[in-house]
Amino acid sequence: MKKVMIGNHAVSWGALRSRVEVISAYPITPQTQIVEALSDMVADGSLPAQYIKVESEHSAMAACIGGSIAGTRTFTATSAQGLALMHEMLHWAAGGRLPVVMANVNRAMAPGWTIWTDQNDSLSQRDTGWIQLYCETNQEVFDTTIQSFKLAETVNLPVMLVLDAFYLSHTSEPVDVTEQEDVDRFLPKREAAFKMDTSDPRAFGALVRPDAYTEMRWQQQEAMLEARDVFRRVEDDWEAITGRRYGAVETYRTEDADLLLVTSGTITSTARHVVDERRAAGEKVGLIKVKMFRPFPTDELRELLGGVDRVAVLDRNISPGHGGIFAEEIRAALYDVPPEDRPNLFGYILGLGGRDVTPAVIDDIIDNTRSTARPEREDLWVGVEL
Amino acid sequence: MSQTIIKQHIPQDELLASGHLACPGCAAPIAMNLVLKALGPETMVVLPACCWSIIAGPWPQSSLQVPLFHTAFETGAAVASGIKAGLVSRGDTKTTVISWAGDGGTFDIGLQALSGAAERNEDFIYFCYDNEAYMNTGIQRSSATPWGAWTTTTPTSDPEHQPKKDIMAIMAAHRIPYAATASVAYPVDLVEKVKKARTIRGTRFIHILAPCPPGWKTQNDETIDLARMAVERRVFPLMEVENGGSWRFTVDHPGGSVEEYIRRQARFKHLTDRQVEIIQDQVDARWEILSNRVKYGT
Repeated sequence: MKKVMIGNHAVSWGALRSRVEVISAYPITPQTQIVEALSDMVADGSLPAQYIKVESEHSAMAACIGGSIAGTRTFTATSAQGLALMHEMLHWAAGGRLPVVMANVNRAMAPGWTIWTDQNDSLSQRDTGWIQLYCETNQEVFDTTIQSFKLAETVNLPVMLVLDAFYLSHTSEPVDVTEQEDVDRFLPKREAAFKMDTSDPRAFGALVRPDAYTEMRWQQQEAMLEARDVFRRVEDDWEAITGRRYGAVETYRTEDADLLLVTSGTITSTARHVVDERRAAGEKVGLIKVKMFRPFPTDELRELLGGVDRVAVLDRNISPGHGGIFAEEIRAALYDVPPEDRPNLFGYILGLGGRDVTPAVIDDIIDNTRSTARPEREDLWVGVEL
Repeated sequence: MSQTIIKQHIPQDELLASGHLACPGCAAPIAMNLVLKALGPETMVVLPACCWSIIAGPWPQSSLQVPLFHTAFETGAAVASGIKAGLVSRGDTKTTVISWAGDGGTFDIGLQALSGAAERNEDFIYFCYDNEAYMNTGIQRSSATPWGAWTTTTPTSDPEHQPKKDIMAIMAAHRIPYAATASVAYPVDLVEKVKKARTIRGTRFIHILAPCPPGWKTQNDETIDLARMAVERRVFPLMEVENGGSWRFTVDHPGGSVEEYIRRQARFKHLTDRQVEIIQDQVDARWEILSNRVKYGT
C-alpha cells in the first residue's frame, strides 16, 4: 500500500505495523505529530496499545523502561531538549539491556531557541549505549522503525532512529507501507529474554561492586559490536520481504572516485544530486552515506576511504572545542590505515540550526576540497558571516 | 492489642529475607515486611534510589522474594506506570505494582513524576517510607525534615528552617482514590490500610514514618517507641483520605507534650526549651487543621 505521508507519520506507521504494546510520550516540536498520530491509532482501536501521557520526557523514558522490563514492546519519540532531559534514563535503558525504540527528530539545542534541524541533540547522547540509525527518506524512516525493534530485541539494546526536523519530519513523500502480515512475519511478538515475573522473582539493576561492573559493561560492548552483524541479517530479512535495504554505510557512485563526500541524514539526497552533476561533467566524485553511527561502522569506512585521495565529511553538528563529530570519528577510524593510504580529510561544519545546505554549498565544498593542498584546520566552517 | 488479634490480621508468610542490609533498629525493613505480608507474592516492586537500594542487597542477591526493579531517584512513579501498562497490555490485571521510595524520592526529586502519575490515576500503590532526611547519602535535609532538626546540611548553628512539607495534602489535592499515613508501631492499622489499598484501583499513596537511629541520633531499640510516640503526641497522626475529600483518623491520638519525643532524639538536642515549645505550637496548629479536614472534608 502506497501512501503519501510526512516523515513523522512514517514513524507512526512503522510503530503501528510493529504492534507496539506500550507507548509513553511527551510533546515537543518537531516530533509531536508522531505521537499525535499514534494517539489516534490507539483511540480508534487500530493499535491496541497502552498509551501513557506522561508529564515529562524523563518520565516518558522511565515509563518505557517499565514497559520493557514487564516484557513488552515499547516506543517513544522526542527531540532536542526532550532528549537531553531523558539523558539519565538513556543510560538506564542501555545498561539495563532493555530494547526500547525511540524516534528522535533531530533539532538543534537551545539557546538560542530553535526548532530547526541539526544533529547535536542525538550525537550528544553518543556514549549512552544506544544504537543510532540516521535516515534519509520517509521510506527509510518507515522501514528503519520496524527494523529497529527487530535489532533491539535481538541484541537487547535500545535503538534510536533519527530523522531531520522539517526536511523529513514535515515533508511529504510517497511511502510503501508494508502489509501487516508481512511485518508480522518479520517481527513476531516480543519474547523477552528476562522480565519482571512473580513466578520467577528477580532483582534488576541492583548495586554492583567493582568486581563485576566491568564485566557488565564488557557484555554491553559485545552486544553493541554484535549489532553490526545483526543489522545486516535484519536487513537481509527485510529485503527478502520488501526488496528494500540501506546498509549501515551506503556507497553512491564511489567507483574509481578520487574525492568522496561523507554525509548523513537528508544532506545525503542533495549530495546525490551534486555527485550526478559532477559525474556528468566527468569528475570522479562519489558519496558515502553513514546510516549507522553507533555501533560505528569502522571496518566499512576504513575499507571504503582507505586509498582515496580526498574525503570531505559534511557535519551538521559540532563538538565545541574539537570538530565535526562524524569527521572526528572517521579520522580515528582511519588511524589504522597505512599512512600512504590515508586520505586527505576535510571536515566541514554546516547546516547548523536548520540552515539550508543547497547544491551550491556542496559544490563549493567539492571545489575547496580539490583546490586546497591541506585543510587549514580540523573544523572548516561553511558560510560563516560575522 | 493482644497477640491473638495481631495474628488474625497479619499474615505469617514473609517475603523479606533475614539477610537484608538495613542498619540495626531501622524502621524501613519492618515497614516493607508488613507491606509485603499484606500484599502477598503477586507483587512487583519498583525501587528508586533510597536506603532500600542498599537494604535489598547487591547483585546478584535480593532480600525480597518478589520481582524488584532498581531505578533512578526521580522515577519511581513513572517506572511503576510503565510496568503496570506492560502487564495490562499482556492481560495481567491482578498483579499489584508498588513503588517504594524514601522521603527524598517522594517529597523532593520524585514529586513531579508522582504528581503526573497521580493526576493520571495510574493503577499502583506508591509507598513513601519517611526517615525525614537523605539518610542513605549521610543525613542531609530534605523537604520532609522537621523544623529545628540537625542534619549534616542543617548544622546545629543553623538548623532546619522549614516545617515538614504537607505531602498528604498535596496527594489529596490530586483526588486520588486512597491516601493514608501509617506507622510501624501500629502494624494492624498499617496492614489493614495496605489490604484496603490493594482492593482499590487507581493511584494509592501510603506514607509511613520510619525512625532512623543513625539519622535521628537515637538508640536502636527506641524505634518502635518513637514511632508510637509520634502518633500518640499527634506529630504523625494516622489518617486515611479517600478521593481527596473524605479525611478520617484511624487510631486514637491522645495528644500531650511533644517534649519527650523531641528530647529523646539527639538530632534536636541543640533546641532550647522555647524552641521545643515552638514545635509544640506547630503540632497543635497542624492538629487543628487536620481535625478540620476530618470534620469538614477539606
